[in-house]
Amino acid sequence: MSVIVLVEHTGGVIKKKNFEAVQYASQIAKKAGTTVTALVLGTVTETEMEGLGQYGAQKVLHIADARLDEFHARAYSSALVAAAEKETAKIIVTLHDIGGRMVAPRVAVQLKAGLVAGALSYPDTEKGFVIKKAVFSGKAFAYVNILSDTKVIMLMPNTFPATKQEGKAVVERLDISFSEKDFVVKVKSVNKVTGEVSLADAELVVSGGRGMKGPENWGILEDLAKELGAATACSRPVADSHWRPHHEHVGQTGGTVRPNLYIAVGISGAIQHLAGVNGSKTIVVINKDPEAPFFKAANYGVVGDAMEVLPRLTAAVRKFKEQHK
Amino acid sequence: MKILVCISQVPDTSTKIVLKNNNTSVSSDGVTYVLNPYDEWYALIRAIELKESGIATEIHLITVGKADVEPVMRKALALGGDEAIRIDAESSDAYETAGYIAAYAAQVGYDLILCGKESIDYNNGTTGTMLAGLLDMDYIGFATDIQIESGAALVKREIEGGEETDTCNLPLVISCQKGVAEARIPNMRGIMAARTRPLKVIVPSKITAVTEILTYELPPAKAGIKLVSPDDMDGLVALLHTEARVI
Ligand SMILES: Cc1cc2nc3c(=O)[nH]c(=O)nc-3n(C[C@H](O)[C@H](O)[C@H](O)COP(=O)(O)OP(=O)(O)OC[C@H]3O[C@@H](n4cnc5c(N)ncnc54)[C@H](O)[C@@H]3O)c2cc1C
Ligand SMILES: Nc1ncnc2c1ncn2[C@@H]1O[C@H](COP(=O)(O)O)[C@@H](O)[C@H]1O
Repeated sequence: MSVIVLVEHTGGVIKKKNFEAVQYASQIAKKAGTTVTALVLGTVTETEMEGLGQYGAQKVLHIADARLDEFHARAYSSALVAAAEKETAKIIVTLHDIGGRMVAPRVAVQLKAGLVAGALSYPDTEKGFVIKKAVFSGKAFAYVNILSDTKVIMLMPNTFPATKQEGKAVVERLDISFSEKDFVVKVKSVNKVTGEVSLADAELVVSGGRGMKGPENWGILEDLAKELGAATACSRPVADSHWRPHHEHVGQTGGTVRPNLYIAVGISGAIQHLAGVNGSKTIVVINKDPEAPFFKAANYGVVGDAMEVLPRLTAAVRKFKEQHK
Repeated sequence: MKILVCISQVPDTSTKIVLKNNNTSVSSDGVTYVLNPYDEWYALIRAIELKESGIATEIHLITVGKADVEPVMRKALALGGDEAIRIDAESSDAYETAGYIAAYAAQVGYDLILCGKESIDYNNGTTGTMLAGLLDMDYIGFATDIQIESGAALVKREIEGGEETDTCNLPLVISCQKGVAEARIPNMRGIMAARTRPLKVIVPSKITAVTEILTYELPPAKAGIKLVSPDDMDGLVALLHTEARVI
């Protein structure tokens, strides 16, 4: 009757958001009086897997099949279903990220399980199995009750911080026979933007809008991002005018980010832009127009010219880092 | 090659959300409904392009909803597509929606099913993956480019921190996002033609939803912004460190 959590990794390294999922699952298990089993797929060291014990996993089921080193939505789904069945798990946790969204819904229909995509709370079991999620692009929240016996929860990354404790998980090998169908989609090539912080996972984001005036001015914005260790983003017209690459476009029709800090520079704060960033914990707006709507959604505001404010802010961050070495 | 495009109707992006009935439902008073942008700009337009280039032979548009979604389906037909299907049901979760679409798609048989990355009302992004599961089909999510050649798809899709190119033989379900196509506006000819294109209504056998929304809540208003002088960036950094605790 355990809780099962899918743990993805990048070339054998497990990322922070997966620890969040493990710890989330372990809290649910604790409350239900059961244990957590993490499912790990592909080539990962024993130490890395045992480390999941520090976030509350008692056990790791490891399917070592090297074909799983590449992401295969169907194979991952088959593996998760097999692991859930083996553990007679009634609660399945994944992240609400790209991988989770290509796997969990498939698992849910296979198990006839109700699913909450983008969970923002622990299940409230007073009146059923009720989980909070954002709807209408952050303009409201819904409390969703899962009615089925088996439940699938896709946790929104960066919602509950993971804190390390003592613990070591027991790793157990699981062998399942995949069908040929599980690997029909072939990965032809992978093109990773190296050296930069991936936007979807970034804890700090510096974003620029039309107020930056042109691509030639992005250097000062990138300087700030570099100093902070932040990812860079932009508004839609900026991407549409090819000032910045398309993957940086956030908002209703672009990406969604939920960083701890979102610094918006020269962005007016149109509702379609806010839709992609309003999950950010802290928002700083830099805009020369005190009437810009973005100020209404911000925690901190600077009314000023980006060209002057950005270099000053970068210098201030540098100074702060010197002092806090 | 036959393509099915899944289309949902959503409140216009600038809609102010108002709750009613003791916060158990969202008011539709004064709300303008539009085609879900991911479905319209990317999935539907790419399907139309594939037909224009002679690769697709037929495009069907499908939606799950009551009669009030028909105007939006007409708008979709004005952009393109040979026929529209409305499954006459008010579904309460993605499991139900995907179930209805899968039942219909299994009967007709499609080579390619396109849907949007997510609908901007409930922000689930789960329908496509569920459809693929229910139809035992392959699935590629978050596509940014779709090419079809001799029965196989070459698809670029978003991955964390980059992009991946996948290949897969049809049939296939793909969820679409920015990059897949460029938005268009319907022309007069399309609008006229849409009037005569069939909009079939199918009464499905009931599928029972596995989730229910109990209540809604509006986000709390931001507790007052703190303005910092543009001359005091050290002050801003200090606030971000000691108060917001983000750096
Ligand atoms: C269906 C739909 C979907 C959309 N999806 C998205 C989306 O996903 N993402 C998105 O971003 N937009 C989206 N939009 C567009 C959105 O409505 C806005 O038009 C867009 O966000 C505006 O971009 P901006 O803030 O960069 O530019 P502007 O609105 O032009 O704002 C520029 C801002 O910069 C300020 N400024 C100018 N000079 C300076 C200076 N020197 N220093 C400091 N500040 C300065 C100005 O005061 C102004 O506030 C969508 C629109 C629609 C209709
Ligand atoms: N009621 C519906 N009718 C038809 N297609 C839908 C419906 N709801 C969602 N979809 C499709 O599924 C995609 C993902 O939606 P969702 O899973 O609701 O976020 C949408 O972009 C549509 O292509």
